[in-house]
Amino acid sequence: MAAPDELIHLESITKVYGIGDGSVAALRDFSLTVESGESLAVMGPSGSGKSTLMNILGCLDTPTSGRYWFAGQDVSRLNETELAHVRNRRIGFVFQQFQLLPKLSAWRNVELPLLYRNVRDRRSLALQALEQVGLANRVDHRPTQLSGGQQQRVAIARALVTDPDLILADEPTGNLDTASSRDVLAVLHELNEQGRTIVIITHDPEVAPVAKRTVHMRDGRLVEQVAA
Amino acid sequence: MSLLKTIETGLRSLLGHRLRSVLTTLGILFGVAAVIATVGIGQASSDSVAARITSLGTNLLTISAGSTVSAGVFGGAGSANTLSMADVQGLQDKQSAPDIEAVAPVSQGRASLVLGSANWSTTVSGSTQGWLITNTRTIGTGTFLNANDVTTRTQVIVLGSTTAANLGAGVGDIVLVKQIPFQVIGVLAPAGSQGFGNQDDLAVVPITTAQDELFGGSVQRILLSATSASTIGSAYLEANQILLQTHHLSDPSQADFTITTQTQVLSTAQAVTQTLTILLASVAAISLLVGGIGVMNIMLVSVTERTSEIGLRKALGATPLDLFRQFVIEAGMLTALGGLLGVATGLAVGYVVPRAANIAVTITPFPVLVAVGVAVAVGLVFGVYPALRAARLAPIEALRAQ
Repeated sequence: MAAPDELIHLESITKVYGIGDGSVAALRDFSLTVESGESLAVMGPSGSGKSTLMNILGCLDTPTSGRYWFAGQDVSRLNETELAHVRNRRIGFVFQQFQLLPKLSAWRNVELPLLYRNVRDRRSLALQALEQVGLANRVDHRPTQLSGGQQQRVAIARALVTDPDLILADEPTGNLDTASSRDVLAVLHELNEQGRTIVIITHDPEVAPVAKRTVHMRDGRLVEQVAA
Repeated sequence: MSLLKTIETGLRSLLGHRLRSVLTTLGILFGVAAVIATVGIGQASSDSVAARITSLGTNLLTISAGSTVSAGVFGGAGSANTLSMADVQGLQDKQSAPDIEAVAPVSQGRASLVLGSANWSTTVSGSTQGWLITNTRTIGTGTFLNANDVTTRTQVIVLGSTTAANLGAGVGDIVLVKQIPFQVIGVLAPAGSQGFGNQDDLAVVPITTAQDELFGGSVQRILLSATSASTIGSAYLEANQILLQTHHLSDPSQADFTITTQTQVLSTAQAVTQTLTILLASVAAISLLVGGIGVMNIMLVSVTERTSEIGLRKALGATPLDLFRQFVIEAGMLTALGGLLGVATGLAVGYVVPRAANIAVTITPFPVLVAVGVAVAVGLVFGVYPALRAARLAPIEALRAQ
């Protein structure tokens, strides 16, 4: 069982893709604990199992074996609808490709997760989130009218708007120039300072220092843990 | 996700592909328009057939004798001798039957007519002077029976044009019917080939003579013609009343006679046009089906195109049901749009066709509502498969598609 202040508790997680001789284990007997309010960077070269870890942490996929407790709830055996509810209420995603809908304005994009839980005052919540990332003056802009850094900040606002337990960022600076990267990382750092749990998955060594703790992965396993 | 929001999202996505959405709805549009137009044309032709039958003399009422029941076996209408010349006299009374213009009792049978070496078998009807009016016929040469012929039982005969030609008979000739001589006093004008059987192969003699010399005393039918098409109803009631009286019946359900009108002929004709209309409308409905397949096709394209959007929505917490609903509703909106445009087109056809070509179109609300309802249903049904595809997409696969 997970301890009370543990937000994430992975226990002997294995994820195997394919069956028989062609099967590949992306995660092998992987265990990890993240406490509430922590910030963690997961680093590793491509093929190390980072993406698989991100999918499992984000409840986008379920492990082949092992247990995953998220905020005290065993989510490793939930069905698709139950997983959707966990993602909607407890996890905010930030993707490398921003994943904004091009036809919607900034605040409409931020509003999206609220649509799936029938919240009132969606606009004011969206505006608050945009203000938090410093985009209060860009609420009606389309993604194409914003710079890359601004787009990623809209995405962070969308991750924030549901007031999630965890913000899960997958290569958040992968598509940004240095200045924009610094911007985005500053926002993530600020959020963590305010007490929000953040997990950043990255292969960029520049990013890792933002997190208080960094772990390295290779071949589906943890190789070392470094306390910052 | 709320239904309203789902519809709004769907609308936004359809508006995002205006041309494609309109093209997709074309199949549904033509289907609905075709259904409305064919049903409209069918309705109009049914109305016009009815009008034509009415103009051909729907004034006619036929009274048939009741059926015999012997040992529980019905003998069929007309098998009982319940009609008599007394009934005919009652019906001819202008006081109690002001809406009956002419009355003609009929007592008929098959008989051989002989003139010299010529021999011709035909239907011989015993009747009165009223026969000409009730059958809407006219005399060609000579004269028809008159009241005097009937009361004095003269041995005179009027021939149909075909019968006269086959016998080689003309006015003044003596024709033998069952060995009894009848003088030809007239030949009917040809009636043409309307209805069943040859209307020109027949012979008419005074009913009194027929009863005495040919077929015995019965009256098989009484033909009535009402003064106009609008008085058929009252003529019917008057005839019914008179016959109940002359037959001393107080309970109408015990009536030993049947009165039929052209309404039956009408309803048969209308049933035929209705069947044709349904046939045509079914063909039109097939294009609705084809339109539905078009909608399914474009929805599948849409699901493929929007794979990453679907993935994102899933990551943000959309459940499989949310996405299923989203795509089914989008398909339904496409066909509803097609249905509405189809109604507009159908109404336009209904307006233009009667003015451009000489084809009447009568559009009633019912087929319009049905066509639109079917169109929406088609969208919902054909949207199910693409929507299931969307609902089943794995979020990570979908997110990766960029």
